[in-house]
Amino acid sequence: MQIIESGNVAAALGVKLSRAQVVAAYPITPQTPLTEKLSEFIEAEDMEAQYIPVESEHSALAVCIAASSAGARSFTATSANGLLYMHEQIHWAAGARLPIVMCVVNRGVGAPWTVWNDHQDSMSQRDTGWIQMYANDHQQIIDSVIKAFCLAEEVMVPVMVCYDGYLLSHTYMPFDVPETAVVDRFLPPYKPPYALDPHTPANLNTVTLPDVRSDIHGNQAHGYMEIRHFLQEDMRSSTQALARVETRFKEIFGRGGNPFIESYRCDDAEFIAVGIGSLSYHLRDVADSLRDEGIRAGVLSVNLYRPFPAAIIAKTLRGCRGVAVFEKALSYGYQGPLCADIKSALYQGIDGSGRRPFVLNYILGLGGREITTRDLHDAFRQSCTEVQDNVDELRWIGLKL
Amino acid sequence: MQAKTTILSLPEEELVHPGNRACAGCALGIAYRVGLKALGKNTIIVVPPSCLTVLQGLYPIAATKLPSLNVTFASTAAAATGLLGALKALKKKDINVVGWAGDGGTSDIGLQALSGACERGDNFLFICYDNEAYMNTGVQRSGTTPMGALTSNTPIKGKLQQKKDVPAIMAAHGIPYVATCSASYPLDLFDKITKALTFDGVKYIHIHTPCPPGWGFQPRYAVKVGKLAVETGLYELYEVENSVMRLTGASAKLREKRKLLPVADYFKSQGRFKILTDEKIGQIQEEVNARWEGYSVTQEESAQD
Repeated sequence: MQIIESGNVAAALGVKLSRAQVVAAYPITPQTPLTEKLSEFIEAEDMEAQYIPVESEHSALAVCIAASSAGARSFTATSANGLLYMHEQIHWAAGARLPIVMCVVNRGVGAPWTVWNDHQDSMSQRDTGWIQMYANDHQQIIDSVIKAFCLAEEVMVPVMVCYDGYLLSHTYMPFDVPETAVVDRFLPPYKPPYALDPHTPANLNTVTLPDVRSDIHGNQAHGYMEIRHFLQEDMRSSTQALARVETRFKEIFGRGGNPFIESYRCDDAEFIAVGIGSLSYHLRDVADSLRDEGIRAGVLSVNLYRPFPAAIIAKTLRGCRGVAVFEKALSYGYQGPLCADIKSALYQGIDGSGRRPFVLNYILGLGGREITTRDLHDAFRQSCTEVQDNVDELRWIGLKL
Repeated sequence: MQAKTTILSLPEEELVHPGNRACAGCALGIAYRVGLKALGKNTIIVVPPSCLTVLQGLYPIAATKLPSLNVTFASTAAAATGLLGALKALKKKDINVVGWAGDGGTSDIGLQALSGACERGDNFLFICYDNEAYMNTGVQRSGTTPMGALTSNTPIKGKLQQKKDVPAIMAAHGIPYVATCSASYPLDLFDKITKALTFDGVKYIHIHTPCPPGWGFQPRYAVKVGKLAVETGLYELYEVENSVMRLTGASAKLREKRKLLPVADYFKSQGRFKILTDEKIGQIQEEVNARWEGYSVTQEESAQD
C-alpha cells in the first residue's frame, strides 16, 4: 500500500512488520517520532511486543542485549549523543554476536549542542563490529529495516540502519508499505542458535584469556583473539549474505537491486561524486546539470559502509579521472572517514594498471549547515575542470569565516 | 510467616560447582552458594564486572550451574529488564531473573539503571554483595566504603566520607521488599531471598560480605568479622516490607537483649581501620548507641521475630 508519511514512521512500520518482540528506547531528537510511533502501535495492540521506556540509551542497548541473549528479536533507535552514550554497549552487542537492529537517525554531535543533521554520530561508530546500512529515501528506510533483521539473524552481527535526521526523518514522501503476510514470508520468526534458558545453562561473555584453553572435556576452546577473528571473517562474508537477502527481497517485493552502492550515470563518467544518504540524491541533480554542460559526471552512493564494499566501489570508479567525496563527517586531524576508505580501496590500482583517479575530499553540512545545489555544483564542477593541486587538502563547502 | 530454614532443611543440591576462583576465605563464596540454593534452578542470573565474574570462572569453564549473562558494569538492572521483556515476549513463565552485583556495580555505576528499573516496577531480584570497596580491581574506595577505611586510593587518611545507604535509597523507591543480610548469617539470607521471590516488582537484598585481603584479616575470620559487624550494631539486619521497616534475625535479638558489643571490637579486627583513633571510635559508638535507642522506641510492636 502506497502512503505518504515521514521517514521515522517508515522506520517504525518496518519494525512493526518485522515483528520485533522487544523495543527499548530513550528519547532523543530527531529519533523520537520513530519510537513514539512504536509505543503507539504496541499500546494499541497493533503490534505484539514489549516496549521498555528505559532511563538512558546505555540501558536501551542493555535491554536489547539481554533480550536478544534470551532469544527475542530486539530493536532500539537513537541519534547523536544517545548513540555515543551507548558506545560501550555497541561494542558489547557485536562482541556477543547478537542480531539486534538499531536505527540511527543521523545528527551532529556536541559540544557545542546541535540537533541538526550530519553523519558524525554513526561514522564514529564504524569500528565497533556492527553492519552499517545508510538509506537514501523513505522506501529504503522501511525496506532496509526489514532486510536488516534478516541479515543480522543470518550472520549473527548487529545492524545499524542509518538515515538523515530531519532531511529524511521529518520529511514526508510516498512509499510502499508491504503486506504483513508478505513480510512474514520474507522474514521468518527468529530462531536463535542459543538462548539463555535454565534447561540449557551457559555462562555468556565470560572473561576470556589471551590464549586458547581446554574445556573440562579436554577440547580446545577459542581465546579472545580467535573470537575477534571470527567477527571479522563473518563481517567480510556478510556482503554475500546481504546479496542473497537482496535477491530474495527483490523476488518477493519486486524492488531493490544493489544493496552495496547505487551508481548514477557512472558507466561512462569521467568524474564521479561520492556521497552517503540523502546527499547522494542531491548530487544527482548536480551531475545532470554538469552533463548538460558537457561534463561526463556521475554519482556513487555508498549504502553499505561496514563491511566496506571496497571491490565494488573500486570497480565502479574504474576508468574515471577524478573522484570527489562529499562528506558530513570528519576524522579530526586527518580527513573524512569515507574518503580515506575510498582511497584505501583504490590503492591497489584498478585492474592492475596502477593508474588511479585523483580523489578530492569535501566537508560540508556539519551541524546542519545548509547544503545548496549551487555550492555542490560549483565544487563538483571545479573538481572536473580545474587542475588539481594539493589533492589531499580538505575542501570545506559553505564555510563562512 | 514461613518456617525458618535450618542447616538441616537447607536444600542439598549444589548449584555452584566445587572449586572456584574466589580468594581464600571470601565470604561471597558463602553468600553465592547459599543464595543460589534459595533461587533454585529455574533462574537466570545477570552479573556485571565484579569479584563474582572471576568466581564464576574463565571461559570455557563455569563455576555455576545456572544460566548467566555477563554484562557491562553499569547495565545489570537494565539487562535484567531486557531478560524479563524477552521471557514475556516468548511466553516463558516462572523463571526468576536475578541481578547479582558488587557494591560498586550497585551503589555507584549501576545506580541509575537500578533506579530506572525500580520506577518501572520490573519483576526481578537485585542482590548487592557489599564488600565495601572495588575489590576486584585492587581495593579502591566505593560509595559503600565506610568512613575511616584505608583503601588503595585512600591510602593515608582513610575514606573521609560516609557510607552510602543503598538499602534506604532502594526503599525510598517504594519497591515492595528490601532486606539487608550478612554472608555470616547464610540461613537468614536463604529465607530472605526465598521471601523476596514472592513479591512482584523489583526486590532488593543487600549482603554485607567480609573480604579478607581487602579488609585486612586472616581468611579464617571471615564469618567472625561479619558477625562482629552485626553484634556491634554497626550493620543491621532488617527488612522493609511494603515500606514498613523492622529489624530481623540476629539484630532483632540484639534489640531485645539491649546488649551490643563495643564497636571497637569490629574496628580492631581489621587492618583497614588501623588509623581510626580511639576518639573517633568513641564518636562512632555514640552514633550507634543513638541509632539503636531509636529502634527500641519505634520497634516495640514487632518484637515477635
